[in-house]
Amino acid sequence: MKKFINDAGLVESQMVEGMVKAYPKHLRKLDCGNVVVRARKKEGKVALISGGGSGHEPAHGGYVGTGMLDCAVAGAVFTSPTPDQIFEGIKAVATDKGVLMVVKNYTGDVMNFEMAAEMARDEGILVDHVVTNDDVAVQDSLYTTGRRGVAGTVFVHKIAGAKAEQGASLEEVKAIGQRVIDNVRTMGAALAPCTVPAAGRPGFELADDEMEIGIGIHGEPGTRRGKLCAADEIAVMLLDRVLADLDYSGRKVAVMVNGAGGTPLMELFIVNNAVHDILTERGIGVYRTYVGNYMTSIEMAGLSVSLLRLDDELRELLDARADTPAFIEA
Amino acid sequence: MTDSKKILTILSKINFRLQENKDFLTGLDSAIGDGDHGINMSRGFLAVMEKLPQMEDKDIATILKNVGMTLVSTVGGASGPLYGTAFMRAGAAAAGKTVLQGADFLALLDAAVEGIRQRGKAEKGEKTMLDALIPALEAFEAEHASAASPRRALERAVDAAREGVEHTKTIIATKGRASYLGERSLGHQDPGATSALLMLEALLESLE
Repeated sequence: MKKFINDAGLVESQMVEGMVKAYPKHLRKLDCGNVVVRARKKEGKVALISGGGSGHEPAHGGYVGTGMLDCAVAGAVFTSPTPDQIFEGIKAVATDKGVLMVVKNYTGDVMNFEMAAEMARDEGILVDHVVTNDDVAVQDSLYTTGRRGVAGTVFVHKIAGAKAEQGASLEEVKAIGQRVIDNVRTMGAALAPCTVPAAGRPGFELADDEMEIGIGIHGEPGTRRGKLCAADEIAVMLLDRVLADLDYSGRKVAVMVNGAGGTPLMELFIVNNAVHDILTERGIGVYRTYVGNYMTSIEMAGLSVSLLRLDDELRELLDARADTPAFIEA
Repeated sequence: MTDSKKILTILSKINFRLQENKDFLTGLDSAIGDGDHGINMSRGFLAVMEKLPQMEDKDIATILKNVGMTLVSTVGGASGPLYGTAFMRAGAAAAGKTVLQGADFLALLDAAVEGIRQRGKAEKGEKTMLDALIPALEAFEAEHASAASPRRALERAVDAAREGVEHTKTIIATKGRASYLGERSLGHQDPGATSALLMLEALLESLE
């Protein structure tokens, strides 16, 4: 393992410290654990809290600021934060209008956030949550834990955050968050695995001519392995799954081509080029495009494509002002 | 069967077995999850070990609840809330006991397994720690009912857990991260069921 680190056990805390030092105008770190909150506390409006394992940078600390999150909680690399950490975060940002937790659908995240919510309710704090599950690689059924929450979660942060900033009630902020979840789908692929610092070796092995299709964001293998193909073909493969899952025809969409951390922008743009052409061919209008590292998996060479189906309100909230380290909307 | 002092020995033994198998568990998890189960369990039980000196004069219930809280606040992932809840529930079941007889231990194990079942919303056959723990509980209960010694009952429970772990190789995961791999989870033993087996083995060894 070759990484710019000091000690595998200090990766998370030193990352958070470094992030806060980079963005002192936006971020403040709580004394307990790796919990980041807005430098200036939001008052009288619903507070948003999210988080997950470390290794997804700029998520989640990068989305803390005006118009998005109030607090981000970072667990160990790819490991959900613990309930006491989340609880401290909730206490730090809670207002009388309540707190909405944005949780990605991974068993550990859901359980830890649920336990934190139980602790907060015991103290009289109003807490509710939404669970994002945009990944179409995994089928949703009664018999599984359902689809994973991946890059589409960033749209939930943005849009629910904008709604909260308007002064909406907890019920309304939750409802708009759920509307984003109902309208966003994602599919990803990887060309090379990543190495969790504490593990010291790559999560899986892949031959030079192979790719993993249907990856999540925790360095785990995909749902299947295939032969590597050209970017245009990969774009078709990913979009076919997304478009088969939700009817986007005749609609305006927001596109996110998200890098997994080890994919150059050049390649993300090449895939985005194909994505736009395919959508145009199929009569789907692109309203906004986001290309870059939004929800990464350390240094994984991979990417995902997300499509968010827009209506008037979602469009307006997507365009609303946001000022965070990793997402600025003037 | 066991008292407060013995509980501390058992916890040390569990820690030893988990540290010894840290890389093994992580390897199992790399195949079907995200490869951190050994790392997370190691971190959790090292934190438990740090607290043991303060627990020496505490009662069984307090010790077990403390272990549960420590695991919840240090392990993270899914294993933290699951094992944490198990130890906390076991602690609640041990309230007022200064010595655990076979029947008490059965109640403890039952409460722990029920806690995991509720927290994880899971059942047997979904390729999770319950595939080791439920057969172990059933075996212990059956042996206990036929008036076998606690040691004998625990031996059978460990055998049943071991068979349960083997069985996880033959089934597809429908809970937890392994479920996202679908059929690719076939052929791999479940890391959670394996860590549960390691704990039961450590418990048995401590009684020897």
